[in-house]
Amino acid sequence: MKYVDEFRDPTKAKFLLKEIQALVKSIEVTKTRPLYIMEVCGGHTHAIFRYGVETMLPDEIELVHGPGCPVCVLPMGRVDDCVALAETPGVIFTTFGDAMRVPGSKKSLLQARAEGCDVRMVYSPLDSLALAKENPDKQVVFFALGFETTMPSTALTILQAEREGVENFTVFCNHITIIPTIKAILDSPELSLDGFLGPGHVSMVIGDSSYDFIADHYNRPLVITGFEPLDVLQGIWMVLKQIAEGRSEIENQYNRVVPSGGNPAALEAIAKVYELREFFEWRGLGSIDHSGIRIREPYAKFDAEQQFSVPALKIADPKSCQCGEVLKGVIKPWDCKVFGTECTPETPLGALMVSSEGACAAYYQFGDLEKIHDAKQKHEETV
Amino acid sequence: MSQAELMPKGGARKRSGMVEVPAITLAHGGGGKAMHDLINDVFVGAFDNDALAPLEDQARFSLADLAAEGDRLAFTTDSFVVNPLEFPGGDIGTLAVCGTVNDLAVGGAKPLYLTCSVIIEEGLQLSTLRRLIGSMADTAKQAGVKIVTGDTKVVERGACDKLFINTAGIGVIRTGCDLGADKAQPGDAILVNGVLGDHGATILTARGDMAVKTPIESDCAPLNDIIDSLLTAIPRTRFLRDATRGGLATVLNEIAQASQVGVEIEEDKTPIRTEVKGFCEILGLDPLYLANEGTMVCVVPAEDAADALACMRQHPLGKEASIVGRITDHRPGRVVMETVFGGRRIVDMLVGEQLPRIC
Repeated sequence: MKYVDEFRDPTKAKFLLKEIQALVKSIEVTKTRPLYIMEVCGGHTHAIFRYGVETMLPDEIELVHGPGCPVCVLPMGRVDDCVALAETPGVIFTTFGDAMRVPGSKKSLLQARAEGCDVRMVYSPLDSLALAKENPDKQVVFFALGFETTMPSTALTILQAEREGVENFTVFCNHITIIPTIKAILDSPELSLDGFLGPGHVSMVIGDSSYDFIADHYNRPLVITGFEPLDVLQGIWMVLKQIAEGRSEIENQYNRVVPSGGNPAALEAIAKVYELREFFEWRGLGSIDHSGIRIREPYAKFDAEQQFSVPALKIADPKSCQCGEVLKGVIKPWDCKVFGTECTPETPLGALMVSSEGACAAYYQFGDLEKIHDAKQKHEETV
Repeated sequence: MSQAELMPKGGARKRSGMVEVPAITLAHGGGGKAMHDLINDVFVGAFDNDALAPLEDQARFSLADLAAEGDRLAFTTDSFVVNPLEFPGGDIGTLAVCGTVNDLAVGGAKPLYLTCSVIIEEGLQLSTLRRLIGSMADTAKQAGVKIVTGDTKVVERGACDKLFINTAGIGVIRTGCDLGADKAQPGDAILVNGVLGDHGATILTARGDMAVKTPIESDCAPLNDIIDSLLTAIPRTRFLRDATRGGLATVLNEIAQASQVGVEIEEDKTPIRTEVKGFCEILGLDPLYLANEGTMVCVVPAEDAADALACMRQHPLGKEASIVGRITDHRPGRVVMETVFGGRRIVDMLVGEQLPRIC
């Protein structure tokens, strides 16, 4: 495939790996401990496992799979709200595919559908709007989730619904914003990260300046990185180069897609339709200030939280679940007490086991289980 | 429905045009004249063959004729509930015949006789039913099998989705042939006869809820002829299976587990059309798990691999055949893929249905 295969070229990969190895050797600290690099985005996690990137890296580099999978950080209470909306008579509840399996406190949307709720998978909020126009006697609710990547499409759909005077379309807004979350992770006392691969598609919308505090205040390098395996390798190489040269800067590996100023039209739509919530609950990470957004008052008629009564209960994560520690990179997925036993992709306890972008599901499905088994035994011996 | 029901005594054969209503109603399953007319008109004419002639409550076969083909019977059944009923490259009728024919053929059997049971939702257009049953008849002819008995039920609207078909099939296994998922040995080669994922991608596209248009067509085809050539050329073939639901990845896991061997494949050797790759890229799906209806996985001893490949490529259904990997003694029970990028990853069984990713 043109413009895709070029970024999966094994010859270029070998060349980059040699460079990476040389850089690692030149970084003094790797003699005593590995370097911890967090890929923020679930899309990166998926590419890393899909192409076996981790198996190619030197042992001195440990990738920490960050919180950038919107499905994985969805708290149980919000899934319960989705189910409650789906169970409301006359509602067609529409959602992206991989949110269907996320467990709520009682059931997932997949189970709600099996019980007779009208839950439909869509690929775009515009599909939901079209469904609303086709079904004027129903209320169509769109389950909006995702970071800045998907925010603009929801915002533009709301603006279009207003322009067209659609009365039976609402949005259950669960969009979240990445910057406060990275800050929360950096402020976490148990954490030691050496650098970041920054989210490519989020940056396509917000640009690169929002990350400056990571370099300036926390002295960590961040490289905005694309989603093909060569992008990931080059991103890692750029982070290592900064570390080797004692720099901490915001750099852009993904400049074929990410302009420095972001996408002004998308940012305008976001600013017009949404405002920040005071706080938003994240699975595993708890409540993070100003990390969620809601629909502004002028568009209240499109806000499902205002048009329907949703339970909005805060449901604690299961006690045995260590998703939070995995998200922060404090433990590896296989160090979790329930990994692969009580928690599997078939019966996920934690959301990290649900989406293939979640670190646990990725390890469980794609990872080297023998290596995991050995690491787990070693971990148990040392504990 | 017994054969007698399928072909009422004294019923005229090949009398088309007897049913003239636009759509099927509950009366067509009621056992009365409407049902008999429907059966005569739509089914009997289309499936017309010698084995139907005696008009008894059951189809009857001569043991001696069966024994001439081999030394064991193979017997299988499959139900077809595909939505939409018709899609580029095939329809539920072609699937219903190919599915059962292929299930027999991959066991080393020559498929001979099929049944046809239909459950129709009232309201199905008669012209649609006629077309689909006609397509079953055409595919049966192509595969050299006879549809010898069947059943017709009509259910209320909403009790099924337009049309469900069940086919069972009988075939005879060639003497000396003993294929199995537990027969793979370290060193063996793994082949596929054609491209992967066409059927799955076609059905997902044809459902129309993706707003993606593709030129992809289902690979739906009866595999008995290419399998016959292969087993004649390579009698030591260890295992064959059509990679239907769950795709190549699922079949490879079945081999790894049943034979307690390791399976290694190379991503750049797996034949996948550019359109299917692009389709999967857009939707976040993995083509290794997409369904096929005319693509099979084949395990042969390493020394037969080149001959098996050449034999497949001579057949119209094997033009894109490829050696995709090998059986090893590492990590028994696991399937490992060397990615195009040079890394390695586990290819596990699919959990639940494949759900497209958000971003």
